[in-house]
Amino acid sequence: MKRGRISNRELDRLARNYDGPYRPYDLVKELCVALAVVTALALALAIVFSSPDDPPRTIKQWSHQMPVDFVTTAVSELDGSSDTAGYGPPYNHASTGQHAAFIHLQQWFGVSHPINTPLDYVYEPLASIPGDGPLRAAVAAYRSAPAKMQSAWTTAYADALGKATVGSGDAVQVAPGDYGPVPTMMSALLSLAQSGGLDGDLLTSSQFYETDYTTPLLLMADGGVLTARAQAQHLLGSQWGMMNETGSYPGQVWLWLYTFWYQIEPFSSSANADLLVFLIMGFLSVCLVAVPFIPGVRDIPRWIPLYRYIWRDHYRAQQSTGAGA
Amino acid sequence: MSTHGSAPRSWTARVRDTAVRAMPPERLLPDEQPAYMSSWVYIFGVLTLASLSVIIGSGVILALKGPAWWHYTGVGHFFNSVHLWAVELFFFFMVIHLWAKFFMAAWRGGRARTWASGAVTFLVAIPCAFTGYLSQQNFDSQWIATQAKDGINSTGIGAFFNVLNFGQMYTYHVLLLPVVVVALVVAHVLLVRRHGIVPPLPLADLPKPSP
Repeated sequence: MKRGRISNRELDRLARNYDGPYRPYDLVKELCVALAVVTALALALAIVFSSPDDPPRTIKQWSHQMPVDFVTTAVSELDGSSDTAGYGPPYNHASTGQHAAFIHLQQWFGVSHPINTPLDYVYEPLASIPGDGPLRAAVAAYRSAPAKMQSAWTTAYADALGKATVGSGDAVQVAPGDYGPVPTMMSALLSLAQSGGLDGDLLTSSQFYETDYTTPLLLMADGGVLTARAQAQHLLGSQWGMMNETGSYPGQVWLWLYTFWYQIEPFSSSANADLLVFLIMGFLSVCLVAVPFIPGVRDIPRWIPLYRYIWRDHYRAQQSTGAGA
Repeated sequence: MSTHGSAPRSWTARVRDTAVRAMPPERLLPDEQPAYMSSWVYIFGVLTLASLSVIIGSGVILALKGPAWWHYTGVGHFFNSVHLWAVELFFFFMVIHLWAKFFMAAWRGGRARTWASGAVTFLVAIPCAFTGYLSQQNFDSQWIATQAKDGINSTGIGAFFNVLNFGQMYTYHVLLLPVVVVALVVAHVLLVRRHGIVPPLPLADLPKPSP
């Protein structure tokens, strides 16, 4: 077989004008029928399948159901070892963030939502607890201690939390050790969280109305409360990821290609995977828009002639009348 | 063209004359189509439009009642379900429409802008739906927001598009992005009407037997 191809320029010229037959076509009627069909379909799907609405997790729930995980997370915020504490822009300057070659977009756009993890997640919430002298003294002792001693206390306490037990009232109990004022601070913070006070404290800003959940969500993401629920709902990246919603409802399935890259090397193990995947998807998006101008890609429809099936009636009519193209 | 025989050169008259020249009524709403337009694949474009209409209708009801309404009323939950399934249908129909147009090489004959406007609509519809998932105020929103933040932040976009900020995402979802999507869809449909449906590829383009 050899291909008797028409040039793209000639194909383009041939498609500019059509002087063949026309037939009656009621566009408005077609739109109305389509609207009725799709409305009926959406109503039927809504009636049969409904939609998921798994309630949001709260810090209060987390601190009751997973008190050890909550305290472990709080200690990591205090000593600066949490993901948020070391994140970099847009939350802090602890790192430069992700980059690809000389492209440091995360660093270039700077810190727009500053988070100081010891201050925002420990010191200020504890300061909101009224009339607790021993707690005030514990916080003061911790803040005035040398950094080396602070680190020794939090490291020892974090290690002890690995074997912690949960006592009555969902209190966390660890083996005796030299933890300095850390247990006093963490016990108070846990009590505040279990009362629901920390949910409110982390949302409160200088104004009454608030819609920004950055601070509490980052804390919860540093812990295991969201991951545990997501795993149970098959939402982890190693499971269905964003293809699903809770309850196995379909999610953003149109993002399959975006999530695909995270499953393969080098992206699955790269520290800069997010930026690399975004750059790839950005490039592919530009390619999608520019398909008419990309040699090879714009010729695929000619190599895979599905159009023969789509326009089969037209070609049949042409052949029956002996008209060539 | 003027309305009463005179020839005023007002801005209004110029805009009207330009619009009518570019898109005469018989081209904007023709009552006949080329005979080759006789395949089921052509309905996916209008099905996408119909889905968008259902999305907007159900979305307007949800917006009128506020973002929390659907969590505590059965009627609200029902309209949320309609909204969700209309979005799933919208993307399903749009992707089939896009693939169909690809395999029809529908950009031929000066229709590259028509293709590009459709492709850009698809790309803008993705964040439009994404911000909807972030605006649900339930566990899905929490999980999607905390997972997506790293990707968004890595590009620097997180500095002014904070997926953890419900208020900001809600505004994007109910106003800013839908306006862009609807504007793009209008532009796309007008381009389709202006340039017409792409004619079939010529049969002479098929492979020929070797001598």
